Amino acid sequence: MAYATKTGEWYRNELETLRGQGLFKQERFIHAPQGAEIDVEFPAGEPPRRVINMCANNYLGLSSHPEVVAAAHAGLDARGYGMSSVRFICGTQDIHRELERKLTAFLGTEDTLLFPSCMDANAGVFEAVLSEQDVMIADRLVHASIVDGMRLCKAMTDTFKHSDMDHLEEKLREHQDKRFRMVITDGVFSMDGDLAKLDEIVRLAEKYDAMVFVDESHASGFIGKTGRGTHERFGVVGRIDIITTTLGKALGGASGGCVSGRAELVEMCRQRARPYLFSNTVAPVIVAGALKVLDLVSATTARRDKLEGNTKYWRSLLTKARFDIKPGDSPIVPVMLYNAKLAQDVARDLFDEGIYAVGFFFPVVAKGQARIRTQLSAAHERYHLDAAAEAFRKVGDKHGILGLDKNQIIEKFGL
Amino acid sequence: MNDLRNAIRDYVVKEYLEDGDDREVREDTPLITGGIVDSFSMVSLKRFLERKYSIQIPDAQATPQAFDTVNSIAELVRRFTTTV
Repeated sequence: MAYATKTGEWYRNELETLRGQGLFKQERFIHAPQGAEIDVEFPAGEPPRRVINMCANNYLGLSSHPEVVAAAHAGLDARGYGMSSVRFICGTQDIHRELERKLTAFLGTEDTLLFPSCMDANAGVFEAVLSEQDVMIADRLVHASIVDGMRLCKAMTDTFKHSDMDHLEEKLREHQDKRFRMVITDGVFSMDGDLAKLDEIVRLAEKYDAMVFVDESHASGFIGKTGRGTHERFGVVGRIDIITTTLGKALGGASGGCVSGRAELVEMCRQRARPYLFSNTVAPVIVAGALKVLDLVSATTARRDKLEGNTKYWRSLLTKARFDIKPGDSPIVPVMLYNAKLAQDVARDLFDEGIYAVGFFFPVVAKGQARIRTQLSAAHERYHLDAAAEAFRKVGDKHGILGLDKNQIIEKFGL
Repeated sequence: MNDLRNAIRDYVVKEYLEDGDDREVREDTPLITGGIVDSFSMVSLKRFLERKYSIQIPDAQATPQAFDTVNSIAELVRRFTTTV
């Protein structure tokens, strides 16, 4: 306890301010494996309640899949618990390289490098491959981890309006004097669930001699006909220079991420990316589980097909109940409420009705864009979705928002 | 000074407002704290000013505070040029 009383006071005041602004985040304790139904202790100290989970990134329902769990157990026995090393000292096992090869084949790239997380991949990749003479041109809605990675890189930064191809073209033209240009986008945008126009982005990048970077964290495993990702969906497999993605969502949901793409760019990351160089290797047990996940998703599209069916069904239920939802076909389905307090009230009432969904508001989304983000899973059965839709309808009715459009909601609740 | 303010405002509206966003940008509208310009995208505004007015704004002075309104941006530009 070295610091002075006033230092501690400053932090306590800061936390109070967050509480006062309604921005204070609290964890809810889950007494079960991840799944469509989970036992949640909330508020803390209350006995756990079984609720339907509508907010996990468990898109393919593989987080607790028995074959994945069994493979992880076997990996634990065969390769141990930890490696106590970064990759390049004594932290690379045969299974790390095997997983990298399988990810390369799955993503349709030339090579892959594992990172402790996709956050780490994004934090390290730009600095490893770009420098002062270059420019990074990012969609304005890219994930926070990309923004952090770009801040760590010395290349010039620029942004284009979300999915606005004319604006992107303008920027590409403007930066022709740079050595390298890199267009940076999410494949599926995590808050709106919309897809980047990757075919158009690749066409523009080829026209203006730019690299393309795509974060596929909310796409790998289920977007595209065989779940390879947004590049498969738009027919540009093999034309993306860098893909980053995570093993922490659809692909088993544990942790770990990767940089995948052109062999020389991946090798530059192996030589220079600081989160790779200075952070521990991905634990063997996770590698073993992820290998099984890739076997499962490569063998059949049944899970991504079920997810697609669930998504369509859920969208139809919410539309029928006359909610204002963001259009699209990804399993991220935002229910728009615009007002931050309303989003929190609806989430709380949904929990009382046995549905776990979370309200998102500024600064996670833009001001006046508050919402409940619902996410589908192949682990959901129709009866889960029917029950969830009924709870949504009941809560929506209570707040008098059914059938209201954006302006009417704002008129009623303010921004 | 009015020309300068108008040029800044026009750029902000064209560069940062999405199609269909009809928010009014006045000379004292908070741009960064008001959520119109994020501090990350601010870089293109700085570059626009530097090119248009042939000036160099040191990074240390291109703060979110200095870039928060059309008025404060105009004041910053004025400090680096005598011709506007």
